[in-house]
Amino acid sequence: MHSLTVYLCISLALFVLGLLAMMTRKNAISVLMGIELILNSAGLNFVAFSRFATGNLDGQGAAVFVIIVAAAEAAVALAVFLNLYRLKATTEVDKASELRG
Amino acid sequence: METLSHIVFWFFAVLTVGSAVVVVFHRRIIYSAFALLFTFFGVAALYVFLAADFLAASQVLIYVGGILTLIIFGVFLTAKITTLDIPQQTHQRYVALIPLVFLGAGLFVLFLTTPWTHSQPPGGPTTAALGRLLLTRYLVPFELASILLLAALVGAMRLARYYRSRED
Repeated sequence: MHSLTVYLCISLALFVLGLLAMMTRKNAISVLMGIELILNSAGLNFVAFSRFATGNLDGQGAAVFVIIVAAAEAAVALAVFLNLYRLKATTEVDKASELRG
Repeated sequence: METLSHIVFWFFAVLTVGSAVVVVFHRRIIYSAFALLFTFFGVAALYVFLAADFLAASQVLIYVGGILTLIIFGVFLTAKITTLDIPQQTHQRYVALIPLVFLGAGLFVLFLTTPWTHSQPPGGPTTAALGRLLLTRYLVPFELASILLLAALVGAMRLARYYRSRED
């Protein structure tokens, strides 16, 4: 019905917007939101290619793993941000430039 | 029927991209987080259009029910809450736009000019086939994903509780 190109363009828009959020936002949680947008765009790409190009379910399997890794990453990242907030009372990524706590 | 599904498709496509724009550009972080909700729902709807029913359901359950809740908790726990207007700032905005415009335009032209092969098998329930795939060909990645999730669970709890237990 809809061609592969439409899905690729939606996913491209999500990817570019997510990258923009990662590059420009100061708040670490907003950066995390950008990462989630990028992971969603990757999943959409996998499923679109699975539907239109290969015709089997391998792409959907890859998208399942994308979702799993996104969940794990969000949990660990937010724990790190909570710790950062306790240490420095800020979640700005520029302020967290030292490796020592 | 065909036009109706076209209308619904474009509605969700515009919803996905439009709310992603709000996520990236809104000045208040709570509004960004709630716009992310609509992006996740839009992507789930696009999964339905791609005949990926199981993935659409898990997208809603895991992203909306899990990750987004975590993000909103994170926003509230890392800000001094007085109102819902928690502002956020941006930096290097115009510098970042330059490579992204080139990247986006380049990929867009690439998408339009590549002759994609189109085979469209009939859609149907995918849950059983996906489960079979996960327990046969993708068994090792599947088990590794369980270990990853367990490690993330333990690691997140350890990281989030460390300083509080030290103060006690």
